[in-house]
Amino acid sequence: MERLWINYYEAAAVILFGIGFMNLLLQNNLMKKFIGLNIMDTAVYLFLAAKGYIAGREAPILTNGILDAQYYVNPVPAGLVLTGIVVSVSVTAFSLALVQRLYRHYGTWNLDEMIRLAREQEDDGWQM
Amino acid sequence: MADVNWIQNIPFFSIFLAMFCAILSALVRSGRTAQTIHMLMAWMTAILSAVLLGHLVQTGESFSFQMGHFPAPWGNELRAGPLEALMALVFSVVMLLTSTGGQEFVFQDVVPEKQRFYYVMLHALFGAMLALVYTNDIFTAYVFIEILTIASCALILAKGTAQAMVGTTHYLVISLLGSGTILLGISILYSITGHLLFPQLKEAVVQLAAQGQYSFVLLVAAGLLFLGLAIKSALFPFHSMLPGAYQAAIPTASGILSGLVLKSYIVLSIKWIYSVFSIEVMLQIKIMDILFVFGLLGMVMGSLYAMRENRMKRMLAYSSVAQIGYIYMGIGMGSRIGMVAACFHILAHAVTKSMLFLCCGQMVKDSGGKEQIFYLRGIAHKNPLAGIGFTVGALSMIGIPMLVGFISKLYFATASVYAPGKMAAVMIVLGISMVLNAMYFLPSVIAIWTPVRTTEGRQERSWSTPAFGVCMLLFIGLQIALGVCYQPFIRVIEMGIGLLQ
Amino acid sequence: MTNQNKTIWQKWKAWVNGEEALLHPDAYIAKRAERKKRSKKKTFNMRRMKENPQVYHFLCVSVCAAFIGILLAVVAELPSFGAAENPTNNEVMERYLEKGMEETGAINFVTGMILDYRAFDTFGEANVLFLAVIGVWMLLQRDRKNFSAEQERECEEDAAIETAESKTILQIGAKYLTPMILLYGVYVICNGHLSPGGGFSGGAIIGGGLILYAAAYGQEKVGAFLTKRRFLTMIAGSLLTYFACKSYSFFTGANHVGYAIPKGTPGEILSAGWILPLNICVGLVVACTMYGFYALFTKGEL
Repeated sequence: MERLWINYYEAAAVILFGIGFMNLLLQNNLMKKFIGLNIMDTAVYLFLAAKGYIAGREAPILTNGILDAQYYVNPVPAGLVLTGIVVSVSVTAFSLALVQRLYRHYGTWNLDEMIRLAREQEDDGWQM
Repeated sequence: MADVNWIQNIPFFSIFLAMFCAILSALVRSGRTAQTIHMLMAWMTAILSAVLLGHLVQTGESFSFQMGHFPAPWGNELRAGPLEALMALVFSVVMLLTSTGGQEFVFQDVVPEKQRFYYVMLHALFGAMLALVYTNDIFTAYVFIEILTIASCALILAKGTAQAMVGTTHYLVISLLGSGTILLGISILYSITGHLLFPQLKEAVVQLAAQGQYSFVLLVAAGLLFLGLAIKSALFPFHSMLPGAYQAAIPTASGILSGLVLKSYIVLSIKWIYSVFSIEVMLQIKIMDILFVFGLLGMVMGSLYAMRENRMKRMLAYSSVAQIGYIYMGIGMGSRIGMVAACFHILAHAVTKSMLFLCCGQMVKDSGGKEQIFYLRGIAHKNPLAGIGFTVGALSMIGIPMLVGFISKLYFATASVYAPGKMAAVMIVLGISMVLNAMYFLPSVIAIWTPVRTTEGRQERSWSTPAFGVCMLLFIGLQIALGVCYQPFIRVIEMGIGLLQ
Repeated sequence: MTNQNKTIWQKWKAWVNGEEALLHPDAYIAKRAERKKRSKKKTFNMRRMKENPQVYHFLCVSVCAAFIGILLAVVAELPSFGAAENPTNNEVMERYLEKGMEETGAINFVTGMILDYRAFDTFGEANVLFLAVIGVWMLLQRDRKNFSAEQERECEEDAAIETAESKTILQIGAKYLTPMILLYGVYVICNGHLSPGGGFSGGAIIGGGLILYAAAYGQEKVGAFLTKRRFLTMIAGSLLTYFACKSYSFFTGANHVGYAIPKGTPGEILSAGWILPLNICVGLVVACTMYGFYALFTKGEL
């Protein structure tokens, strides 16, 4: 339990991850579903960023000409988070474009409704 | 330049060739040009992989290739052994045959000005699959998994119909859930080991497991990683995205997605089992048993769902779920021979399912776009080649001797003997599943060969394009070749798995 | 022949042949519809569960709660936050920090890491952006399948309203702000190896400037110099340049053959080998991508 207070960043991150996951399951609105996915991704970035931190050290950019690993925080998670953010931006844009296209066609944000409408169209095609 | 080992550059060349073609296809003006580029690329990759495979089998070694100027724990790395080379070879051959045979579907169903973008996605998909097969770095794997996700969604939606959009959305949501899980797993694993490359990770994981440190964290990290890959490769409870997506997509795309994309995730998970967690740790934390149980469930449930379907493409999609179940069952046995059977089934299913989807697409096209099996009655007389292809594929899936599906089932059965406590379960489920396979494949085969007596006399023949014909003949040849001369492939897989450890 | 007085064999044959459907389509459809209704009641699937919201919500919440619980238990076992002796702070990080400047020429160690040590990941990342913009293009670019005549008319009406609107404040603001934003973006890109920033952030800034300009003066103004063809050429060209630079350095690095890119004096603008050109390529890709997203989302046209 004590460790949970020390690792409060990571704890917050996993709670956020769970909230995003719950959003994904409970929301029927596609936009909100994708927001849930974004929250999940962001939670992981918070987790990673917290992993890179070392108490009392500087950001990993050369300052005062000091070339000592004991002086800077870990640069690896920063790089991973950067990659992750770019991936998440791309995926979000892609999914929002999909949502826009679907909304234009079905006039609803609701995924279940869309699946129902798509099934009905198919069945119409079957009966003719 | 004299001391360059060109053979070792092949993995790097094949990935970069595919990515180069992806960027290049955005600049060409017509889809036909892009298709030509694609064929050239796939040919070259196939030849390069064959050369690599020949070399690796002769020397019996695997090597790692450092991407850049910095050695292992600092820079990225690729790794190639016989297993990876074989997978790359099969992927490129199946890719070549499927996309060439099914090119007419693309030119028909995709809006002309967007055909080149379809090929951009296809090339990127291929590059990402090769990268997943060859990579030796867990974070590179994540980046290429995302490329694969976007590219496969784009292939599904290329048709541009509303159903395709709904299918893509479903596929995208579930895939992204899988990616999120994988990323969280990677972060947790990184935080207890401090490494991202496979060899260093394995060292750290084995040490942690031996000392009993962080055992719960290790279990959860492994669980998240394999959960993510299972979601992505549509293992049984996560299969709901497949039928809608495959039904709505172009047949070519469905064949590639079902035959290759799902398999590349499984190859990655096999690599993770051996080179990240090591088989001992995996058995110790019981994840193999969970995969085994869900594999068995998938085998039965997939077939049951397939029986209830009357649309052919959805039936094939559910049959993929069952076949993925077979592969995970083989992996879950935890023995070397089970893994060999699983790897062979990857090849078998890649070859068979792509062919089935192509034939199904052709038959549906000949029947005027109706997908229900009872509308496809007698269609094989109209287009015999597609009918023969579908029949061979279906028989192979059921497990008729001389065809490739039989060999993998034989090996699964053999492997179960070496898996203590799992033999009875494997045998029973294997039997049930084969009967179920026969029960949903045979009626459709009989239906397509039943002659229809129409009042207007004989039906007119519809001939498919020469490209389709040649590819179909090659596919059928491949089925029989793999079903008769399977020994060398098994030996290569055994060697590859031995070298992975 | 009705269904009742057939033998089992005949029924099986009819089922295989699909005769039922062809001979008596109406009866078949009615029967299937009935069966569908019946099967809907019996099967227990997600669809049924969603119709019973309380059970579904309860299940979802409990699954998520269990998930959070497991992850919290993991967090409680993880190495402590901010401690210097954590497993992540190992020889990998030491080399990036201590030798990074000497080996890559970049003062910003993160840039050095992502564009030199782990450049393969970053190459994939740039490709993800490229694929995303192509995917959005496939989805939203107007074509005969996703754009009806009615929608076309609506779009024209919208455009007419937009041009009639007077946007004085926005236009004057954009007139003075856009050049500065673009300049700042260029600064961030070119100093990627010296200070926080780099291709990704700088490219996003430039993209933001373009979006502001397009919002104030209309997309046609931007479209006049950023045509479809130029847009694609720019993205693909930058990616190909990136590709060529990195192939050269991967090839020479892996095979230990001559690598002749001078690293320069660390701290100067023209230093750090490939990193500056790579940052510029990435910046162009990101800027085009950001603007492309905006244009495709609003008008479906570049």
